[in-house]
Amino acid sequence: MDVRPSPEQRALRDAAAQVVDRIGPTAVAQIGEPERAAKLHAAVTDSGWRELRVATEGGGPLASGVEVAIVAEELGRGAADVSFLGPTLAAELRRLAGVSPSSSVETVALDVRLSSIVRGVDGEWPSAVAIDTQGSTRALVLARDGEGSRVAQVELRGAPSGLDLTRPSEILDPCAPVSLVEGADRALTRDDLTRWTALGLSVSCADLVGTMRGAVELARTYAGQRRQYGAAIGSFQAVQHMLADAFVAMEGSRSVTLHAAWAVDALPAGEALAAAAVAKAYCGRAARSVCETAIQVHGGIGNTWECLAHVYLRRALLSADLLGDPRASLARVLAHHGIGAADGLR
Amino acid sequence: MDFGDSPEEAEFRLRLRRWLVDNNPGLPASSTDDDYWAGMAAWHRSLYDAGFFGLAWPTQIGGHGLSSVFEVIVDEELAAAGAPPRPSLGYLVQGLLEHGGEEIRRRFLPGIVNGRDRWCQGFSEPDAGSDLASLRTRADRDGEDYVISGQKIWTSYSDEAEFCLLLARTDPGVAKHRGISAFAVPMRQAGIEQRPLRMINGVTKEFGEVHFDGARVPAANMIGEPGEGWALAMTVVSHEREPGELGYVARYAKMVNELCRRVRDDPGAYGPEQVSELGWAMVEVEMLRLHVRRRLSDRLGGISHGPEGSVDKLLMTWVEQAVGHAALAVGGIAHAGGDETWLNAYLYSRAQSVMGGTSQIQRNLVARRILGLPVS
Repeated sequence: MDVRPSPEQRALRDAAAQVVDRIGPTAVAQIGEPERAAKLHAAVTDSGWRELRVATEGGGPLASGVEVAIVAEELGRGAADVSFLGPTLAAELRRLAGVSPSSSVETVALDVRLSSIVRGVDGEWPSAVAIDTQGSTRALVLARDGEGSRVAQVELRGAPSGLDLTRPSEILDPCAPVSLVEGADRALTRDDLTRWTALGLSVSCADLVGTMRGAVELARTYAGQRRQYGAAIGSFQAVQHMLADAFVAMEGSRSVTLHAAWAVDALPAGEALAAAAVAKAYCGRAARSVCETAIQVHGGIGNTWECLAHVYLRRALLSADLLGDPRASLARVLAHHGIGAADGLR
Repeated sequence: MDFGDSPEEAEFRLRLRRWLVDNNPGLPASSTDDDYWAGMAAWHRSLYDAGFFGLAWPTQIGGHGLSSVFEVIVDEELAAAGAPPRPSLGYLVQGLLEHGGEEIRRRFLPGIVNGRDRWCQGFSEPDAGSDLASLRTRADRDGEDYVISGQKIWTSYSDEAEFCLLLARTDPGVAKHRGISAFAVPMRQAGIEQRPLRMINGVTKEFGEVHFDGARVPAANMIGEPGEGWALAMTVVSHEREPGELGYVARYAKMVNELCRRVRDDPGAYGPEQVSELGWAMVEVEMLRLHVRRRLSDRLGGISHGPEGSVDKLLMTWVEQAVGHAALAVGGIAHAGGDETWLNAYLYSRAQSVMGGTSQIQRNLVARRILGLPVS
């Protein structure tokens, strides 16, 4: 047992931090600004971070859930307007299904509550939303028939929307044709989908940890600069205690998240999902509160569009709901201990 | 990054698990019972004799010189077996290791580690709580001894203790932080009077006042140099704030496991709000278990005595108080008399945001020493 990052993992973190600090948005007006966003997209493409879950010859992923979490945390910290989570989950889906990797950027589509990957049964498709669509031309979904669930794809229209200004979503065209992905002959097992969900929850948690770090740093900096009553507001205990609580909540979140990210590959699928559910319940609850604190510390400025605090809050609200909001995650935790609905742990 | 056991760790875990099958003393679920504390001294010696205590401490003092992560394995296995937590002595040991000279370490540490000598901690005073440095208990030199006069309060298990780690003012003429020294004071002597205090959950063994009136301590029992008491106190309290040092994960997990069992045994008796309180307590306890793994892993690169302990203390407090709320929700209140175990567990949890430095003091430390916010 040694929960410290390895030298390689530290190097990965530093590399991701550098990209975010160099090319990420530093003001609300810069978000989605085409030239800079294209540069950030290219930098992430060049780094190969979206391919961390692509299969190696043995079928396992190129990198573990921990490496994915390390990148996700840095992107969250910088409120990076670049896709990562969606394409990573798409790559994982292809890997688990034994399908060759995509040559272009693609993402995944979830049900409209974002609680699980969207599944069409015998050609009947519920409403669905593709997440984290920046740079993607299609989304992966599951097509279910008598043989089981197989990986299918839907073209995107290129009409992004959604609450998160840094990671657009897109409502799928209900008439868009769905086709099986080439080579998707094998149905995914229950364990495959459980592990896929565990990865999705862990990456969302890592993004939440990063979002909390970014929000705390933003508010800490402001509290050191803004003066009232002749002193920096950060010198007042009322402000200090809010920020201390936010920092502590972020640290607790990081501890559960690192474990969940490790568990994705190291534990049996059911245990990996239980670890992810603990992390998601904790981080989802913490992140909303931490981002609300960041807005409060900014006072009136925090309630204006130009302040980055709401960008973090919006990002947190999306991540908190992905594949299981805190309430659903709590139900999964309880079910894992034999309490509540028998189907709580899926 | 690896949360899994190495072969050596797995072997140790299995050995401990097997030992616990026959050696779990089966003390009450919560620590809010005088019988519980009465059994702890025997439990300490039993753990020590079997080679499961003081794992990360040096072999010279009775430890095992193992890596720090073995401690969390102990916590996890004690919790899984429903056994009592390991004795919370780490902060005392760290304080003496860091500040005591060769002689002090040789004389006192083996007895602390093997459970022969019980210690209490004489820090807080009626007028020196959060502002500990304003303490007024005096230690005046008299030949080869110091003579102690003053009053300590919130002193846990003082009536059971052979020694008190006492902070006293040895130099009233310098700035308040600089005039304090630390001593190992023998407790069984004239000139020391104990007055137990009853806590809000009815426990009488834990809390007390200690009055010193002419008690004597040999000058050779000073820990560190004259005036080093404040530095020692800061080392001690920084570790007193770490759940990895206290072994509390086992205590919380034991309570949550028992509450879980109650709900599983009679699921129809509990509504969604009660179950939800239990769920959050489970999440919080699991967070702390994993956080302790992380913090004890950090020690693999060398131990530090920094402000991170305040982060741990706040997390631990949130956990204990979430467990307290689950105890209240699921364990319930016996309005017509009867079993008050869970009510008492809840009441006891309120102390966690005060003992070892209030949550407000911890927030000050996090804000100033970690976040770098200015002092007003």
